[in-house]
Order: sequence, then C-alpha cells, then structure tokens
Amino acid sequence: MMDWLQRLGHSSLGVFERLGRGNLFLLRVLAAVPSLVLRPRLVIAQLYSVGVLSMTLILISGLNVGMVLGLQGYNTLVDFGAEESLGQVVALSLVRELGPVVAALLFAGRAGSALTAEIGLMKATEQLSGMEMMAVDPVKRVIAPRFLAGIFSMPLLAAIFSAVGVLGGFFVGVGLLGVDSGAFWSQMQAKVDLQDDILNGVIKSLVFGWVAAWIAVYEGYDAVPTTEGVSRATTRTVVHTAFAVLGLDFILTALMFGND
Amino acid sequence: MSLNNDDPLIVKIRGVKFTYGVRTIFDNVDIDIPRGKITAIMGPSGTGKTTLLRLIGGQLRPDAGSIEVDGQNVHAVSRDALFQLRKRMSLLFQTGALFTDLTVFENVAFPLREHTRLPESMIRDLVLMKLQAVGLRGARDLLPAELSGGMARRVALARAIALDPMMIMYDEPFTGQDPITVGVIMQLIRMLNDTLGLTSIIVSHDVHELTMICDRMYMIAEGKVMGHGSPEEMKGSASGWVRQFMGGLPDGPVPFHYPAPDYAEDLLAGASRT
Amino acid sequence: MQKKNIEIWVGVFVAAGIAALVMLAMKVSNLAAFTSRDGYDVIAHFENIGGLKERAAVTVAGVRIGRVKSIVFDDKTYEAVVTMHIDAAQNRLPLDTSASILTAGLLGEQYVSLEPGGDEKFLKQGDQIKLTQSAIILEKMVGQFLFSKAAGEGKKDEGTAP
Repeated sequence: MMDWLQRLGHSSLGVFERLGRGNLFLLRVLAAVPSLVLRPRLVIAQLYSVGVLSMTLILISGLNVGMVLGLQGYNTLVDFGAEESLGQVVALSLVRELGPVVAALLFAGRAGSALTAEIGLMKATEQLSGMEMMAVDPVKRVIAPRFLAGIFSMPLLAAIFSAVGVLGGFFVGVGLLGVDSGAFWSQMQAKVDLQDDILNGVIKSLVFGWVAAWIAVYEGYDAVPTTEGVSRATTRTVVHTAFAVLGLDFILTALMFGND
Repeated sequence: MSLNNDDPLIVKIRGVKFTYGVRTIFDNVDIDIPRGKITAIMGPSGTGKTTLLRLIGGQLRPDAGSIEVDGQNVHAVSRDALFQLRKRMSLLFQTGALFTDLTVFENVAFPLREHTRLPESMIRDLVLMKLQAVGLRGARDLLPAELSGGMARRVALARAIALDPMMIMYDEPFTGQDPITVGVIMQLIRMLNDTLGLTSIIVSHDVHELTMICDRMYMIAEGKVMGHGSPEEMKGSASGWVRQFMGGLPDGPVPFHYPAPDYAEDLLAGASRT
Repeated sequence: MQKKNIEIWVGVFVAAGIAALVMLAMKVSNLAAFTSRDGYDVIAHFENIGGLKERAAVTVAGVRIGRVKSIVFDDKTYEAVVTMHIDAAQNRLPLDTSASILTAGLLGEQYVSLEPGGDEKFLKQGDQIKLTQSAIILEKMVGQFLFSKAAGEGKKDEGTAP
C-alpha cells in the first residue's frame, strides 16, 4: 500500500515537473517568436513541412468523413422525414466538432510526430548543440518557426477539412441519395451561425494548434538524445496531443455551446 | 584576432570542479592553452574530455573554479557576450553535427548567413574558399547523408572556420577513421592552425597521432591533470599514468581488472558454497 | 529553384485554407447574421412561450427578419418577456404589430411570427409589442378537444335522457 502511494506520488511529481518544464520552455519559445518577424522565410519553410505535407491527408480524410456523415445522417433523418436537414447536420458536426478535432488528431499523427522526430534527431546528432556553439540560439532558429507554423497551419487545415467534408456530404446527400440541393444549402445556412459556429470552430482549432505544436516541439527538444529516446518522444507527442485535444474540446464545447 | 591581445595564454582554466550527478568529472583542474599552438588533451575514455570542451564553450557550468577565454570569464559574462565569444571559437563535434537537411554549401554558409549581412555573391566566394581549404569544393551540392565520415568532418571543419575564429576545439577528430582520412585531418589541423593563426585544442586518445602534430599535451585521468608538457617531455615522464597512457600499456595505474575482491578468495568462496 | 517551389506550395496551402474559411462563412453559414448585429430590440409579453428558444427566428410573412435575443420570466405579471432583435433594415414595422408563437410543421422548431398592423408610427428600440398570441400547446389542445367532445356528448345525453 505504501509502495503504491509512493509510486503514485513519484509519478505525479514527475508529471508536475514535466508540466513546469514545458511551461518554461513555452515562455522561451514565445520570447523567441518576435525575432521571426525579421525572418519570415524560416516560418515559410516550416509551413511547407507542417502544412502543405499534411494537406493530402486532411483532404482525403475530410472528404471521407463528410461522405460518411452524409450517408449516416441521411439514414437517420429519413425516418423522421427530415432529410432536408442533412446539410445542417453535416455542416454543424463538421464545423463545430469534427473539423477542429479530427484535423488536430491527424495533425498530431502527421506533422506533430514528424516535428518531434526531427527536433529529437537534431538533438541526438548534436546539431542543436552545434548551433549553440555557433552562437545561434536553437530555440529561435529551430523551435520557434516550427511552433509558429503549427499554430498558423491548424485553423487552415481544420477549415479545409470542414469545407471538403461539407462537399463530401453534399456529394453523397444530393448526388447519390437525392436530397434537394436547394434545401441542403438553405437548411444549412439557416442553422449555421457565422459567429457561434464557424468562429468558435476557428477558435477551437487555434487552441488545438497551439497545444499540438507546443507538445510536438517540447517533446522533441526534451527527448532523450538516443534512437530509443526519440522514438518514445514521438509516441508521446501523438498520445499526449490526442488526450489534450479531446480534453480541451470538451471544455471548449461546454464553454461555447453549453448554455444553448 | 590574436594580434590584439598580448596574453600568451588564450584559455586559462583555474581550479575547475565539475560533477555530473554523483560522479566527479573534474576535481580542481588547472589547464593553460597557449595562443597559436596546438594543444592536445588526452585521457582514457570516460574522463570527461568532451565535457571540458563544453565547459570552455560555456554550454556547461563548473561547480567551482573559473574558465577564462581570451581574457573573459566564460561563466561570468552576459549571454550576449558569451554569444559574441562563441562566434570567435568553434567546436568541431565528433560526429560533425552537420545540419542534415542542408547541403554541404548551405552548411558552411550557415554561420555566415546567421551572423553577417554579406551579399549572396560574397557568401558564395567565402564558402567556396573554405571548402577549397578542406578539399571539398566539388562536393558542395551533396547532402550530409551522402558524405563519408571523414568528408563530413572536413565539411564541419570548413563550417568551423567560416567566421575566421581565433580558436578551434576538436572533439575526437580521428576516432573511427581510416588511416588516410586520419592523415588528411592531421594535415588540415596543422595547416589551418599555422596559416590562419589559430589556436587549436584537440581532445583525443590517439596518442600516436597527437605526438606527431601537437605542441603541448595534457593528460587527464580520474578528474585530475596527471601530467603536461611537450610530446618529448611527456614520453620521458616519470608519472606512471602518463607512461601507461603514452605507451599503451595494458596494466598500470589504470588497472586491467575492474575492482573486485581477491581472485583466489573469490574462487574459493564459490567452491565453499557447493 | 527548390526554394521557389516550396514557396509556391505554401502559397497554395494558405490560399486553400483561406478559401475554405471563406466558403464556410459565405456558403455554409448565414453571413447575414453578421450584419444583423446592428438592429433594434423590441419586447413582447407572452402568457406561454411553449418551446421557444433563444436564437429562434423572428419572421414576417415567413421571411426571417431577426432573432429571439433573450427570454426572461417576469414575476409581477407571471408572463414571459421575449426580447427580439430585429435587423436594422426592417425599420418599418407598425407600432400595432402583433406577435404570435408558431411551430414550423407539426414537430418543427417554434418561432415568432409578426403580423404588421396599420399604425402610422413604426416600432423602434425598446418598444413593446402589445398584441401577442401564446404558443399553441399540443397537450392543452388535445385536452381541450377531448373535454369539449366529452362535454358535447354529455349534452347530447342530457338531451336524449328525458
């Protein structure tokens, strides 16, 4: 029993220590962000590897999720004779929840893990240390551009996911199942609010992008500089991001849509 | 760079103590690195030779003692001053630590792009000059993954001299290289030291190579300086440590056996158990 | 050359993202809701609002011209006070307009329908709509229907008894 308590105490202290270091690290990264104004090219290069390379995955997943939503939504709605509301169902699910959340989870798997692995390997091969010895701050040169690119990419990826998803739902609902095209769009437009739904979705994805990018760069920078350490850090990035995104999503949803 | 300072010692290490966890790496170490010379720091594996270079570069902080580089206490100056100081000294990592996503050319150009505002044409000229010095001007478009270990070290050397530093620290430059590459690197170290007016510090345990190129040698073991002097002085040293290391003797102050109870007793203990 | 390609792709990515955002704003949501932020509020008291919710539509002749902003209970009159936000463009609603709570379809959402009157003056910020008709509560209607039916049959019985 004492043993168990001690282990619990030990691991909670470990968690707090990691959280503390993560926050200190975040402060260092944020302090380095202003210096990027002078060097936008660094961020652009990272937007490519973080954003552009995630686009295919996001496009395909978004289309698929939208099509499935269209199919399932139709099957449920048609029992109530409310298949005209399909557009509304598809759009609200995507814009409020699935767009930001699924895009963030995919982002963690595609871009977040790659960021962690890249930074971890740079650490393991002494590239970061070498940079420091060349009087170049790796947090400014390596970490901050990747962090910023992550935050900036996330809302765009989530928007692409939602937009493609709506098109997928439209394709299945209107194209295959014969829902009236006009009703599909007008029901959607009547119920989806720019501020309450779309803006809140964008805010969500900004928060998720912040968290996902933070976890990814921190895990890489904090990785044990060995092959095994980097591979563990990569796994941790995906797992922690998933937990953080899902947990935050619940909190944000409760705050945004709770009193409706 | 070395001209504006008359102090014949470029690095002064005084009473440095450094512990890593519970292990004491250095205990009251004094080392002088003379300006313009090649100084070797030798010692058995695991004596913290790389740690010493990181202490000089300000990446690690000693528990006690001081390290002065070119008249400035590395651990007392501001972060900006430390960065200014680092621009004037280079550390050549054992692996080369080249940026794997950049070509050879961009690797050598990196410090120039980071620290200067030179026009592209001048950067190109400088990079090609540095690459020419290490004989790899033709390899400028290769990626680090396409280089052999020896070539990677030469590229790293070209990058290390990109900003014309006053001092280069080499971390195990010969380890794991074939004899030809070792010869090439030795020649490069000597040549760069003399033609560019550098100061070189080599950390290594390759005694044979070191005696051929360095001017002064330090021998570190068990956290202490066990001996120092010119290669000739070291060869004739009275210290058991230095003699064992210089001669490559299997037994001596560095014991062949890991600490263990008496051999005979140990065997008998096993026999009595059955 | 490679650098240029990267920049082109990043440009494509950012453009696609912005296009997606614009599509969501224009095509998926009602952008009009954004402009309707300026407008004016009118209130109406209802005996019973049924299932009316905040953000429900306010319509005239079936056209949406605003939204229900808030619903509070007035403990003096024991009535529901519904505040409606009307789009600024719809500023020619007569003062004697009446409001009723209707249901879209049999099971649909409830909304407020306004019926313009004939007054020369128009509703403005803070005015109250005097004529209101409460929501039709299905249970009550069914109850009333059964009651009147039962009452009617009772009368019939009375008539035939003697």
